[in-house]
Amino acid sequence: MSIVSKSRPAGADALAGRPGPASPGRRGLTLKRRDQIAGYLFIAPQVLGIVIFVLVPLALVVYYSFQEWNVLSGSIEFVGADNYTKLLNDPQIGQVLLATAIFSVGIVCTNIPLALLLASLLNRSGRGIAFFRTVFFSPVVVSLVAWTLVWGFLLQDNGGINGLLSVFGIHGPNWLQNGPTAMASVIVVQLFKNVGLNMVLFLAALQGVPRELYEAARVDGATGPVLFRRITLPLISPTVLLTVIITIVGSLQVFAQIAVLTQGGPGLSTNVLVYYLFQQAFDFHHFGYGSTLAIVLFVIVLVLTIVQWQLRKKWVFYEN
Amino acid sequence: MKTEASIALPVAAGAPSPQAERTPARKRWTRPVLYIVFGIMAIPFLFPTWWMITSSFKSVNEILRFPPSLIPMSPSMEAYVKAFTFQPFAQQYFNSMYIAVIVTLTTMLISSMAGYAFARIRFPGQNILFLVVLVGLLIPSEVTIVPLFQMFNSVGLVNTHWPLILVTSFGAPSVLATFIMRQFFISIPAELEEAARLDGLGRPGIWWKVAMPLAKPALSAVAIFTFLNVWNLYLEPTVYLSSPELFTLPQALTRFVDAYSGPMWNVQLAAATMTAVPVLIVFVVAQRQFVEGLAQTGLKG
Repeated sequence: MSIVSKSRPAGADALAGRPGPASPGRRGLTLKRRDQIAGYLFIAPQVLGIVIFVLVPLALVVYYSFQEWNVLSGSIEFVGADNYTKLLNDPQIGQVLLATAIFSVGIVCTNIPLALLLASLLNRSGRGIAFFRTVFFSPVVVSLVAWTLVWGFLLQDNGGINGLLSVFGIHGPNWLQNGPTAMASVIVVQLFKNVGLNMVLFLAALQGVPRELYEAARVDGATGPVLFRRITLPLISPTVLLTVIITIVGSLQVFAQIAVLTQGGPGLSTNVLVYYLFQQAFDFHHFGYGSTLAIVLFVIVLVLTIVQWQLRKKWVFYEN
Repeated sequence: MKTEASIALPVAAGAPSPQAERTPARKRWTRPVLYIVFGIMAIPFLFPTWWMITSSFKSVNEILRFPPSLIPMSPSMEAYVKAFTFQPFAQQYFNSMYIAVIVTLTTMLISSMAGYAFARIRFPGQNILFLVVLVGLLIPSEVTIVPLFQMFNSVGLVNTHWPLILVTSFGAPSVLATFIMRQFFISIPAELEEAARLDGLGRPGIWWKVAMPLAKPALSAVAIFTFLNVWNLYLEPTVYLSSPELFTLPQALTRFVDAYSGPMWNVQLAAATMTAVPVLIVFVVAQRQFVEGLAQTGLKG
């Protein structure tokens, strides 16, 4: 995100920096000064909001991770690094992190290729094409919980999926009731919900690839797969990287699907970090330990963001 | 970031051009084959929604029938009536609606103000303050949920709508909006503002009368993704709200459960349909704005 360094339009400087021709301003304030005051007032709600609802809670989450709530007396006590020791010795955290990793990797490895495939196939004109773009995008705007509830029913032992399979003589498993298929189900539900968004991002990127490059390469005798690997992929690599990171970060935040479909089960097989955090903090009232888990989540997201910045410098072929 | 404009561009590499005097046989078959492939791939995208809507008109027995019927055999509105009597569903619908509208309007206001100031006004400390705001993009709201709950608890605002309204309007979710507004305002020509200034407008006047009318595309993008985000919030209401009459829709949907016989499928699906279909209709009508608006959330880099 090269946001901050982005230059502002030259005109804005001239406009803001130059005291108005013959306008010393009311109450003797220069135009520049009044402009600055306006600037501060304009950003005040947003900046104060971030401080109160993001930065203060962020500092508090660190503070809380060294405290624990005594549920009986309702008081807070300092427990030092106990929560962190607990984290390292938590017999469940390994499984939780594993489930989180499987879910995220599963999402990325299915979502990105499917989105790329759909985008490549839909990267042409026509009324039918426009219709199918709408179709593949539509789950993005369907209420998440509604979408998940419906899939929850379809995935039941006697639900629609197994009904469909039985037509082909296959006896489907009870999808949500055993570990591997439950995880696969949650991934698939999330995949179809969100792949349309990545598809749109890839479509936009594909449209940005100059056609002359393909023509030139074809003259040189290159064909489909080579064109894709040598021209398309390098040229859309910034979008691919960005999409991968957004998709991973998004998948780390999954909560509603887990809460509705599996409640983390069976066992801990689909208990991802955010769901575990929620359980610890709000079901068991371990607010201190919940805060420690929140820090784990924060560190993971932070590392991913830094990795994104680094990769962007090295790996990405070009940047506009 | 004119996503949709570019998406709408015709003809991709490799697509047969209509003028070609003799299309090779292989190419002539491309399109029908493609449509068949798309048709099959579309099933998991369309069927759940189709099934949700049609099943909401079925009886529980018919829903549970095996194999499932595609169209209700004897359509009935019974489940819809029951949705409103089993829970205060009308109230919950109103809750979701008014919270989403308030948060959307507030976000549009504060993000367009902050975005404008960061883009067009020069003041000391600007870059630092912008960085402070951008921190909001880095921190998933799940990270701060525990302290936020404690903060609202200590001022007695848990089990009210205030946490939902305040955190989503002013906190992290609005940062993306501010960023998008800033990117937009950077692109407007300075001459327009100069002219307005010569006409005697101050900063607030320039913002409201010159910049804002130009910003309609960016504002509609912000409005769409903010509304959808708030409409679909699930973790936050689950954490903050415990009285059914205060619930928002996603939370209410999961509570159509009979104490003895498990989920009341048809009622739940009727409620889900009422939650999802209005948004779907608006989407079909304003498709371009939707795709553009939601694509922005992914293009923040």
